[in-house]
Amino acid sequence: MTSTWQPLDHFLLMRGDDCLVLGHRLSEWCGHGPVLEQDMALTNIALDLIGQARLYYQYAGARLGQTEDQLAYLRTERNYFNAWLVEQPNGDFAHTIVRQFYYDWYENALLEVLEGSADEHLAAIAAKSRKEARYHRQFSSEWVIRLGDGTEESHQRMQVALNRLLPYVRELFENQPRHQMLIADGILSDVNGLWEGTEKEMKAVITEATLSFPVAAALPARGRDGLHTEHLGYLLTELQYMQRTYPGLTW
Amino acid sequence: MQPSIPTNKTAIWQELEAIPDPEIPVVSIVDLGMIRAVECQDQRIIIHLSPTYNGCPALEVIQMQIRATLEQSFHRSVEVKLALDPPWTTDWITPSGREKLRNYGIAPPQPRKAPSGWRDETANVSCPHCGSSATGLVSAYGSTPCKALYRCNDCLEPFDYFKCH
Ligand SMILES: [Zn+2]
Repeated sequence: MTSTWQPLDHFLLMRGDDCLVLGHRLSEWCGHGPVLEQDMALTNIALDLIGQARLYYQYAGARLGQTEDQLAYLRTERNYFNAWLVEQPNGDFAHTIVRQFYYDWYENALLEVLEGSADEHLAAIAAKSRKEARYHRQFSSEWVIRLGDGTEESHQRMQVALNRLLPYVRELFENQPRHQMLIADGILSDVNGLWEGTEKEMKAVITEATLSFPVAAALPARGRDGLHTEHLGYLLTELQYMQRTYPGLTW
Repeated sequence: MQPSIPTNKTAIWQELEAIPDPEIPVVSIVDLGMIRAVECQDQRIIIHLSPTYNGCPALEVIQMQIRATLEQSFHRSVEVKLALDPPWTTDWITPSGREKLRNYGIAPPQPRKAPSGWRDETANVSCPHCGSSATGLVSAYGSTPCKALYRCNDCLEPFDYFKCH
């Protein structure tokens, strides 16, 4: 199946998978948030992300002759192309917020350039998603500041989360060899080039939060090739359970 | 022979104006500015619908309602096309839509300053119950994707604010 995927299909699936997997992770907070408002905030962001995933899957599905449900529920782990960061477990609230913070800054930078994509449909998806992404980034950045500049314990937990998750971040900003043609055609831009500016802006928030930006080597993450950490398999088992057990089930 | 049924655009718009938003039923989908265009062909009506939020669960219900309403009224096949570009904005909510929201207890969206940096300023929102401007944000996310939760410091009532989008 993978051999029939064009570079654009891979990119669309990669974007859809980032959104779906992170959206699913956030939905795990439903009913468990530290306070009601944050429970609702995390599940609202989950809803936005799953909505974004649908736009990418619908577009990819139209190209591949598959439905969005087939793409979400019937692909196996090795055919999921999300980054390692988004499949990492929720951990404590600090880990969830930091994961979101890193992701939001990446997504905002990416959507900003995709809005100018030579592919009109992709540009429209980006323009539509960008407003929501901006709202997410403000939410996670404000929490980074509030918790970093909060109590001794919240500060310490935030620093632990920042240090633990930073090695996953560089994968988001790696150009994929199979996307070379997309970059040449102006459909996609050089993602690697987005890192410097984004890092600087994230650093400013982290400094305002009285935290320190970690110094850490990047992990040799290969989520974009379908190679994942052990966590994704468990997540997909839950996400795909109904369709695997009752194939073709509809509401 | 079927009776001839008028399919002029004005009649279609009138039908659309009667379709409520499933989550905020006091406003119609026209009030919310979700209908971008109405196309009338021989045997077909095409409605261009702009989704408010990507993950909004109401969207599918709205599409279904548009089809059901128009098919019943005009006996034509109805197609609903999603119009993503340009993206929907709260600026498209009509003045009467804003008034209906306020009367229902939801503060309508306030225009925002052009963004600079990642922080958007909190809007200066008036309480829909007593009109006081002494209000504060409780949570950036509310009961549905389009709302934030506020509290009035004068009448002490909590209320929803339709977020600027
Ligand atoms: Zn009041």
